[in-house]
Amino acid sequence: MQVLYGRHHVRVFRFGLRLVRDEQIAEDLISEVFLDVWRQAGKFEGRSAVSTWLLAITRFKALSALRRRKDAELDDEAANAIEDSSDDPEVAVTKKDTGEVLRECLTALSAEHREIVDLVYYHEKSVEEVAGIVGIPENTVKTRLFYARKKLAELLKAAGVERGWP
Amino acid sequence: MMASSKKMLEQEPSDIEMLLPWHAAGTLSARDARRVEEALARDPELGKQYAAIREEYAETIGLNETLGAPSARAMQKLFAAIDAEPARRPSVLFILSSRISGFFASLSPRTLAWSASLGALALVLQAGVIGAVLMKNQGATYQTASLSMNEPSLTRNLAGDVAPPRALVRFAPDAKIADINALLDNYHASIVDAKGGMFRLQFGDKAMSKDEVSGLLSKLQGEKIVNLAVAAQ
Repeated sequence: MQVLYGRHHVRVFRFGLRLVRDEQIAEDLISEVFLDVWRQAGKFEGRSAVSTWLLAITRFKALSALRRRKDAELDDEAANAIEDSSDDPEVAVTKKDTGEVLRECLTALSAEHREIVDLVYYHEKSVEEVAGIVGIPENTVKTRLFYARKKLAELLKAAGVERGWP
Repeated sequence: MMASSKKMLEQEPSDIEMLLPWHAAGTLSARDARRVEEALARDPELGKQYAAIREEYAETIGLNETLGAPSARAMQKLFAAIDAEPARRPSVLFILSSRISGFFASLSPRTLAWSASLGALALVLQAGVIGAVLMKNQGATYQTASLSMNEPSLTRNLAGDVAPPRALVRFAPDAKIADINALLDNYHASIVDAKGGMFRLQFGDKAMSKDEVSGLLSKLQGEKIVNLAVAAQ
């Protein structure tokens, strides 16, 4: 268990933190995730990578934690925070570099969009693996990421960053 | 020529267009990767979108890398909870190993001695064959420039020293080992770890200013054999 924890706890923590946006809850989450793994080790069938299995459990736990907090509207508030910036968009961009604005917009995506972006870009999961983790068909995985990217482009545009797409 | 990218407000995105993020992350099958490469070669609009995706990809990695790691409290809580768990039933593996040892225990000493002698003979023969193959192929060995896993961590230590810069790097699929070794030498870099196609490199043994790190990453990103380079911890 120590080897498994040592190898995966940072990525599990980061995935959980991006979903629940609270370090304390994310830390509690990883203890719960690895305790579940300890209890259910016999159920792991080896058909997917261990990291995929861990991320699926983390996602389930994170959603339960979010439901407990009943703060679903938090995502909309975060998204609006970008558009409500008191600075003129051009001023906002000159203050920060594009990369920084892009990171802010990635943070402002909804939980549904954040998780798919992270799973594909950071956790390097294939279409099939994401479908398994999120529990949706493969075609929905592709369209969901496409619309997450479209939303990201809208947030960037609102923050004064034009990238020529869409 | 029909464009693979479509006006998204009017039409649904094409299949190739939707696969671009996985192409940037290097997680497509060889067949799909080839399809995407071909589409990118003939459609400049798709290429523009791909450039935006690579930027998103790099910043998503950068953002996640800044999130840090959980405190020791999480680990203590986990192992305290595991200690408090009721004793577990023996696993299938344990039962199997018990049966195997039971089988050997049931053999007579003479049978066991013969089996052991035969086993030892088979091992000697196998070692001879492996040795001969290795001697024959000795000229084709090489050594990578990675750090030993036993070396101490070079992140910020308790005394407050700042660690040398690190970056996550993805090399071009056609990069040769000799090219990568030459790049590591030129940048005084070493490989700290690797996952999938991403390598965590450490540059030199001294800390650098923010501007120096930024210049280093820009230079690295400009290398022909580097597909992606982002700052990491």
